[in-house]
Amino acid sequence: MQDLLRKVLAPLMGLGLLVLLWAMVALKSSNNFPSPLETFQQAVTVFSDPFYSNGPNDQGVGWNVLSSLKRVALGFGLAALVGIPFGFLIGRFDFLSRMFNPLISLLRPVSPLAWLPIGLLVFKGANPAAIWTIFICSIWPMVINTAVGVQRVPADYMNVARVLNLSEWKIVTKILFPAVLPYMLTGVRLAVGTAWLVIVAAEMLTGGVGIGFWVWDEWNNLNVKNIIIAIFVIGIVGLVLEALLIRLATAFTFEDVKQ
Amino acid sequence: MNDSLTTKYLQIQGVAQSFKTQKGVFQALRDIDLNVAKGEFVALIGHSGCGKSTLLNLIAGLTQPTEGNLICANREIAGPGPERAVVFQNHSLLPWLTCFENVYLAVERVFGASDRVSGRASENKAQLKARTEAALHLVGLDHAAQKRPGEISGGMKQRVGIARALSMEPQVLLMDEPFGALDALTRAKLQDELLTIVANTRSTVVMVTHDVDEAVLLSDRIVMMTNGPAATIGEVLHVDLPRPRSRVELAEDSRYLAYRKAVIDFLYTRQAHVEKAA
Repeated sequence: MQDLLRKVLAPLMGLGLLVLLWAMVALKSSNNFPSPLETFQQAVTVFSDPFYSNGPNDQGVGWNVLSSLKRVALGFGLAALVGIPFGFLIGRFDFLSRMFNPLISLLRPVSPLAWLPIGLLVFKGANPAAIWTIFICSIWPMVINTAVGVQRVPADYMNVARVLNLSEWKIVTKILFPAVLPYMLTGVRLAVGTAWLVIVAAEMLTGGVGIGFWVWDEWNNLNVKNIIIAIFVIGIVGLVLEALLIRLATAFTFEDVKQ
Repeated sequence: MNDSLTTKYLQIQGVAQSFKTQKGVFQALRDIDLNVAKGEFVALIGHSGCGKSTLLNLIAGLTQPTEGNLICANREIAGPGPERAVVFQNHSLLPWLTCFENVYLAVERVFGASDRVSGRASENKAQLKARTEAALHLVGLDHAAQKRPGEISGGMKQRVGIARALSMEPQVLLMDEPFGALDALTRAKLQDELLTIVANTRSTVVMVTHDVDEAVLLSDRIVMMTNGPAATIGEVLHVDLPRPRSRVELAEDSRYLAYRKAVIDFLYTRQAHVEKAA
């Protein structure tokens, strides 16, 4: 009973508080801020047909989310393809680590959107530029976490490898990779989180189809209800992505590396 | 030559080891001379920081000596290898592999490829599997073969570590305080098991320990080390107790007690450990 109270009631109360505050703001507001009820009714309409398509600038919310996810998947996938092996190299070889660490420290804090114009210039298109922005912002957590993971492989495991005289292939597959996997997955999780944050902003600037563009479009239409719906959709998709990756990470984390 | 191989299977000649630290060169070991015969059980005992693990790592080939030579079976020790298997202090099992897979990794490495030196052909999967199962059986862990290290107790993990080392049929078995992290009862049980296993396999063993009873019970010779820095061999005690040895019978044996007293005298009277002022 106590458990039920804590696990169900507490989150519900949090959500209730949000709706309450929102309703109060809507009541007091003079500039047509939609109430929770109005927004909910609108959401029912929006979600009753999420996959309609009336040309490139008027598509259902489903299409918008899928286009955004596709961009994230592409940019993020490319970043993983480059970043994870790169992280392994940096972690394994001290020289490379010293060579690239200053570069990474310099480039990592740059706001991802600052890379958008470079993308537009080089790729001469909005879509590749958005993917490029996702790529550049999600590569750093994966490079850094993978490298740290490789550097933190317990010396004991490497001693086992030396005593057994294992081949480099066995060392990578049986020791390095499993030992680094939890660190790598943390990097992946951070990267996906950032990528999802950035795509909305990038799409606002580049336009096309996508949840970020949808937000901007609805602002131009002064349809605040849809903006609020979009905010919830963005939040829920981010939540689901995060939860999936945490699931994945726990499945591959073993006793001695769980810390 | 045969004779020298039996009495001097493992030779340590004038070995010194120093490390470069931020405060300058630290000399851990100096003037170590020791021969170990084939089939002999030697314990290295001393206070913590006396470099006994450093010496074991040198024999394992994990580190290279600053001075002197280490020779095993008439060949200079150039690096680590499966012929000098190590049982690590903290078991060092790979947590993502089952107990079976942990042992199999070693078996596969040693017997899965043909050996040009001895002319031994590579074994097939069934033979490797049989070897792995036999090693786990030796330490009484048939039932835990498919468990991961995270699912078994500390004593069982240490037994898998021993099984892994023994499965390689090493020329020398090196043990670095293998039972140090275990509770007294589990430790006693594993010591008894080790006695039986060593008697059956006639292994040559070098074991690092800080436990006086363990040293006297298990070994043929106890090598007592002086305190570091620049530690060396202080005294060597021959333990002339008949085998098989029983812990219970020895507990009141006057020779056992005399050996025990000799080691304690060395450790606590002549090499009383002085904590360095920081």
